[in-house]
Amino acid sequence: MTSHVILRVLLKLLIPLIMLFALYVQFHGDFGPGGGFQAGVIFGAGMILYALIFGLDRAREVFPPRLLEVLVATGVLIYGGVGVAAIFFNGNFLEYSVLSHDPVHGQHLGIMLVELGVGLTVASVMTTIFFQFAGRGRTDD
Amino acid sequence: MLDLVHLVLFTFLAVIAVAVIRLKDLFAAVMLMGIFSFLSACLFTVMDAVDVAFTEASVGAGISTILMLATLALTDSEEHPEHNRFKLLPLLAVVFTGGALLYATFDMPLYGDPSAPIHQYVAPHYLEFTGADIGVPNIVTAVLASYRGYDTWGETTVILTAGVGVLLLLGGHAVVERFRRRRSAGDEDGE
Amino acid sequence: MIEWGLYNYWVVIFLMMTGLYVVISRGNLIKKIIGLNIFQVSVIMFYISMGKVKGGTAPILEEGVRVYSNPLPHVLMLTAIVVGVATSAVALALVVRIKEAYGTIEEDEIRVIEGEEEST
Repeated sequence: MTSHVILRVLLKLLIPLIMLFALYVQFHGDFGPGGGFQAGVIFGAGMILYALIFGLDRAREVFPPRLLEVLVATGVLIYGGVGVAAIFFNGNFLEYSVLSHDPVHGQHLGIMLVELGVGLTVASVMTTIFFQFAGRGRTDD
Repeated sequence: MLDLVHLVLFTFLAVIAVAVIRLKDLFAAVMLMGIFSFLSACLFTVMDAVDVAFTEASVGAGISTILMLATLALTDSEEHPEHNRFKLLPLLAVVFTGGALLYATFDMPLYGDPSAPIHQYVAPHYLEFTGADIGVPNIVTAVLASYRGYDTWGETTVILTAGVGVLLLLGGHAVVERFRRRRSAGDEDGE
Repeated sequence: MIEWGLYNYWVVIFLMMTGLYVVISRGNLIKKIIGLNIFQVSVIMFYISMGKVKGGTAPILEEGVRVYSNPLPHVLMLTAIVVGVATSAVALALVVRIKEAYGTIEEDEIRVIEGEEEST
């Protein structure tokens, strides 16, 4: 892997920017195009890019597959958790208005948490699927 | 109604679809599918669907292309043409269905018509009350996460299920090791 | 008489029929999955083109804008795209396993191998 020097140098600069952009899209999904799905896919694409250039083994050290498997379920759990928390605050399931002192603030909080859960699940699933495809048929573990 | 940008983009989509089905080299077909996704993302932007364009560009031209390339790396990358004699029956079925659908389009509302039935019932409510109820400028996010939040939860669960499905199908180093040991011991079946 | 206001529906129907033709007439499994993707994009295009309002803009609340495009098809199609890629991923994983089990991904060759296995 001493070849692809240009790609490695460039990507060492680009991948942090890609991840930063994914975070921007995640949290500015309220004000412009974006949201959980787009951010999760961009973040997953950043991780896949790292695996493509620096090798699957190094990518597996940086993003451990066990952690990704836990994160996949954690996103859905966060989403359901917000819904159940709304029940504890005397509202209906997924009624965000009761989550805070003011209905509009409650909606903002609920939407932010929910999109966070979605982004987490989507990013982890995309990366997990790619690691599975790329790791198939390799002779070493 | 339909200006030159729409006309050109739509026509290019149709041309690329025909090119994809005629190609035997699957690698080139996958690359053309990436271009197809990008063109459809441009078309979505022209049609004011910016969130959908964002998702289609990242998912269709990004993830889908890389997964198909990974599959091609693990399988063949050429379609075998000797198995594809020209079959008349599928072509007739497709032409007949297409003709029936074309006949049905003459009842549809014209492109961009503001008095179409789709704009009359639920959408004005969302457009009017999103600012007061939710206070989020992006109406698509508001509808996705708040008004229709239950559907989005189900969709996230579908993504989780797909991840679990791929993990079951392709995952497990122990499964791969056992498979390889059986293969080298002369066993014919895969499992 | 060509009614240009219906051109988007005609292209959608053409794409739909192209995708359908690929699925039912080609034997290669990966080609079939590509055909399914074309079909899916055509359906999404159908809904989004129905949501466009003439003179409207993207459905993001902004000062001074009075006409917005319909946000409801956008929401539904956002879900559809992501679910589509999820099913494509599982389908491709199945193709990899089929290749490992049968040694080929052409439909008629698989049928021959299955017939032999059944008779033995």
